[in-house]
Amino acid sequence: MCIVCGCNAGSNSGDHAGAGEAEITGVSASNGDLHYGTGAAGSSVPGLSQARVIHMEADVLGENKRLASKNRAHFSAHGVTAFDLVSSPGSGKTTLLCASINALKKRPRTVSVAVIEGDQQTSVDAERIRATGAPAIQVNTGRGCHLDAQMVGDAFSRLDLHAAAHHGEASRAILFIENVGNLVCPALWDLGEAAKIVVLSVTEGEDKPLKYPDMFAAASLMIINKIDLMPYVDFDVARCIQYAQRVNPLIEVLLVSATRGDGMDDWLDWLLPPHSAGFRRVMPGRGQHGRKLTPAARVPGSTP
Amino acid sequence: MATLYLSRLRNGLLMHELSLAGGILRMIEAAASREHFLRVAQLRLEVGALAGVEPQALRFALGAIMPGTCLAGGEITIDETPGLARCLDCDASVEIASYLDSCSRCGGYALHATGGTDLRIVDLLVIND
Repeated sequence: MCIVCGCNAGSNSGDHAGAGEAEITGVSASNGDLHYGTGAAGSSVPGLSQARVIHMEADVLGENKRLASKNRAHFSAHGVTAFDLVSSPGSGKTTLLCASINALKKRPRTVSVAVIEGDQQTSVDAERIRATGAPAIQVNTGRGCHLDAQMVGDAFSRLDLHAAAHHGEASRAILFIENVGNLVCPALWDLGEAAKIVVLSVTEGEDKPLKYPDMFAAASLMIINKIDLMPYVDFDVARCIQYAQRVNPLIEVLLVSATRGDGMDDWLDWLLPPHSAGFRRVMPGRGQHGRKLTPAARVPGSTP
Repeated sequence: MATLYLSRLRNGLLMHELSLAGGILRMIEAAASREHFLRVAQLRLEVGALAGVEPQALRFALGAIMPGTCLAGGEITIDETPGLARCLDCDASVEIASYLDSCSRCGGYALHATGGTDLRIVDLLVIND
C-alpha cells in the first residue's frame, strides 16, 4: 500500500499528481529511504504540495497603462488635450507654463487651461500657476519620484475642466501636467497625455539626451529653454539636437526663452496648430508630425 | 551599490524601481489570494534593455520591501532581454542595447523601438507551508 495516502498504487510518486497529496521529493540512492521535505519548502504537509509554478506573464506597468488609457478616454470625452512636461529640476517648466498661460490669453481662440503640478513637497508651483488665473492642483508625491496615471486621474476629477467642457468653444482645453523634476523615472509612466514634452535649459549641457536617453526617447517634443542665456554659457544647440535625434529620430525641437518671449509663438502654434480646427494630435512616445529643426539650425550666440 | 541606493532613499531621491517593486509585490499578493499560496520561493522577472529599469536597483528595491511579505526570503531571478528596433532607413530589424545604439546594418540612428521595452513578471515558484 502506498505510504502517502493509503491507495494501492504501485509506484511511490508518479500517480500522485493531484494537489491534495504530499510528494516524495528525494530517494536516497544508498538505501532507498524516502525523503519528504527536501523540496523548496523544506517541509512536508499532507494535503499541500511542496512547490508549484504559477505562470504570470504580466506587464508590471499594465495597471498603470490601463489607468492611463482610462485618463486618455476621459480627456478626449471632455475635449481636453493633455501634455506631460518633464525635465530636470530647475529647467524652467513652471516659468514656461506661466508664460504660456498668459500668452494663450492674448490669442483669439478661446482655450481653457488647467495645470496639474507634481512635486515631492510644497504647493509653491501650484500657487505660481494660480496667480496667472488658471486653475491648478498640486499633487505632492512625498518621496515619490514621478506622477502616475492614478494620481493624474484623481487630480483631473477635482479640476473644473468638466464644467467648461460642456460649452461650445470653451470645450477646447489644455491640461498641462508638470511632472516631478526628474529626467529618469517619469519616462516610464504613461499618464494618458497626448505627448510628453521634455524641457532642457541651456544651462544644463547639451549631452543630456545621451545621459538620459529613455526620457528623450519617450518625448515627442524637446523644448530648449532659457536661450536668452546662450551668450553666457557653453551650450552647442546643434549638437544637442543631433544627440536628441540620435535617441529619438522623430523628436521635434523648439527653442524658447520663457522669460524673454523668444520662440513662444512657435510653441503656442505647436500646441494649437493655426491651420487646424483641433488640437495637436501626436502619438504618445514618438512625435509624428511636421516641422523639425535640422541639426543645422542655429540660434544667435550658439557655439559654432 | 546598496549604500548608494540607501543614501538616495534617505535623501528622498526615490528610484522608480522602488515603485515598480511595490507594483510587483501587489501583483504577487493578488495572485496569492487567487491561487492560494503563502510564500514565493522564486520570482522570475524579465527586464527589457529599453524598459528604463536598472536590474540591480530593482533587485535592491525588492530586497528592501520583501520582509514580512510572501516574497520574504524568496530568490529573485532577473532575465535581461535585448532591445529590438526597426531601422527607418534600411528597414532592418536589429537588436540594440540602448537608445544610443545605431543600426548594425546601415549605421544610421533612425531606429524605432519594437521590443524589449517592458518589465514583466514571468512566473513564480510558490509554496504553501
